[in-house]
Amino acid sequence: MKYFLQRIAFYLFTAWAAITLNFFIPRLVPGDPVQSLIAKFRGQLSTEAINSLYVLFGLDDDKGLWQQYLDYWAQLFRGDLGLSFTFFPSPVSQIIGDALPWTVLLVGITTIISFLIGTSLGVLAGWRRGSWTDGLLPVTTFFSSVPYFWLGIIAIYLLTGPDSFFPSSGGFDSSLVPAWDQYFIPSALQHSLLPALTILISSVSGWILSMRNMMVTVSSEDYITVAHAKGLSERRVAVSYAARNALLPNISGFALSLGFIVGGTLLVEIVFSYPGLGFILLQALGAKDYPLMQGIFLVITISVLVANLLADLAYLLLDPRTRKEG
Amino acid sequence: MTIPTSSTAQVIPGQGAMAAPEAAKPAKAKRQRFLFLKNKKAAFGLIILGIYVLFAIIGPWVTPYDPDARSNDLIQPPSAEHWFGTTHLGQDVFSQVLDGTRPVVFVGFLAGAIATVLSVIIGITAGYLGGKTDDTLSALSNVFLVIPAIPLMIIITSVLDNASNLLIALIIGLTSWSWNARVLRAQTLSLRRRDYIEASRATGEKTWRIIGFELLPNLTAVIASGFIGTVIFAVLSLITLAFIGIVSAAGWNWGTILFWAQGQQALAQGAWWWFVPAGLAIAFLGTALSLINFAIDEFVSPRLRSAGKTKLKTASGGTVRMRIGFTPVLDNSAEPHTRAQAHPDAMTPVAREAAK
Repeated sequence: MKYFLQRIAFYLFTAWAAITLNFFIPRLVPGDPVQSLIAKFRGQLSTEAINSLYVLFGLDDDKGLWQQYLDYWAQLFRGDLGLSFTFFPSPVSQIIGDALPWTVLLVGITTIISFLIGTSLGVLAGWRRGSWTDGLLPVTTFFSSVPYFWLGIIAIYLLTGPDSFFPSSGGFDSSLVPAWDQYFIPSALQHSLLPALTILISSVSGWILSMRNMMVTVSSEDYITVAHAKGLSERRVAVSYAARNALLPNISGFALSLGFIVGGTLLVEIVFSYPGLGFILLQALGAKDYPLMQGIFLVITISVLVANLLADLAYLLLDPRTRKEG
Repeated sequence: MTIPTSSTAQVIPGQGAMAAPEAAKPAKAKRQRFLFLKNKKAAFGLIILGIYVLFAIIGPWVTPYDPDARSNDLIQPPSAEHWFGTTHLGQDVFSQVLDGTRPVVFVGFLAGAIATVLSVIIGITAGYLGGKTDDTLSALSNVFLVIPAIPLMIIITSVLDNASNLLIALIIGLTSWSWNARVLRAQTLSLRRRDYIEASRATGEKTWRIIGFELLPNLTAVIASGFIGTVIFAVLSLITLAFIGIVSAAGWNWGTILFWAQGQQALAQGAWWWFVPAGLAIAFLGTALSLINFAIDEFVSPRLRSAGKTKLKTASGGTVRMRIGFTPVLDNSAEPHTRAQAHPDAMTPVAREAAK
């Protein structure tokens, strides 16, 4: 329990750090960005929006930095992330709310599948060295060196087309309205297959490699020899003795590398025009839509933190040593 | 984007750097370096990397065309004149790839160097000093580890309009040091209690001297593999930033080529030559660096090497799989086990060899 409380304290601290970072980033902009934005959105910005922009960039001279910081927090607690320019006049929170489920489902499910497949292959590769599994490493290394989005482009080029089963873009058939019914769900699944496959292929090799190396390290431990000597079946030694212990570092690695993976998958969404956060981020970048960009960064960070917390819970269940102290 | 390819992080502390060569006598050190190159992965990776570095230096001078120059050959497939075909403006893709090598290699290595220096300072300080310093620095590196680096870079770079390659390298370096710092801290922790460190502390050596002359040489392999991992990450980050079009002001690099290919519907026009070369260039660079990293891992922890031929014929005519680090068990039937109990020695590979 003490371990768990420590982790929660750490995540709260990280969330605070990320939010504070988010507060300072717009203040890095040289010159007067608001003037250029007003010029760009000739007449489209209301006075209210202009005021909120001045507040965002810290150009609001009436208040000190500390007061601005407090105001920023007050805004956050109301769930107010400002107004988006790209989708004017929708609030940022609503746009992100629409896009978030797509990203969470696609990236979340794919990452978990990738972790499971990669770990199982890693167990095999580590346990049966010198067999065909050694060939897995060079192949997967090559795929993991390729940027996710480039693999996506190639997948679109090779696998999609007028007659292909795989749609080349979008998250669902454009003739459908998002709903939980028998038309929409299959269409959404069909559209997510290719992006999911892309993410899977490029992320699986990391898990294979780290699990293989852990297996190799663990399998020379004395308790493996003892298990063998007791005459336990090969399978039982591999799974219940070696893999069970090799898994622990891999799970903490899983939590820590989520941040890396999420960054890559945003790009996959862009390539596939998948209606998630990455695609919206691209639009926000094109329009210099700072409130939307910041909102997306904040939401991604907090999602990663939540995922980390879940991974910690899994660790807690798997490793009895962390439970003993509490 | 990808998880770091090095596995040094996950080698149990106390096992990694211990096996690293000690730079004792010059003659011995020379042989050790030769040993490292004997590893096929290392040699192959270093050769490819060398080619990239060569093109990074001479690339802009040997381009057959000006990468920006337009011509009338619009979207031409590869030919003798244009090896990698042309773009929608008639620009030569081959020249763009060559010209784009320098920024990629420059940003990759500079960002890697910045991140490595930071991680060495923070990781070793935290691991060696311990206590409050350790808590603070560990929390700092964990925060940077958990905050998604790519979105952070995207936002910072887009806020700083038209960032130069130098600035981008700086941003990437400053946001990607945390993984290595964590690995180094763990290694330092395990080295700190070793006898030779205790001995130098007992003889009254100064802390900076212990860190610089006793600890650092034994962390060389970990630092090197961390550096290479960061270079891979930095290259991918730069390509990513360029691909979404927020560093287009900084000249050509492979990401910029992909940005234009994507923006000009290269896919819809079937212009595969526009995006395939740049992607392969990234992939081969990444593979070369990963190979070097695997070689370092195997050098440090020989157990990770791929096993060679593993099937052996036994005297009784059956086959047995020999595995490094394992005690072979003949099969699962009851009989071999009883035999193994009768002759415990028969289970070790050495004894088996001797018995033949």
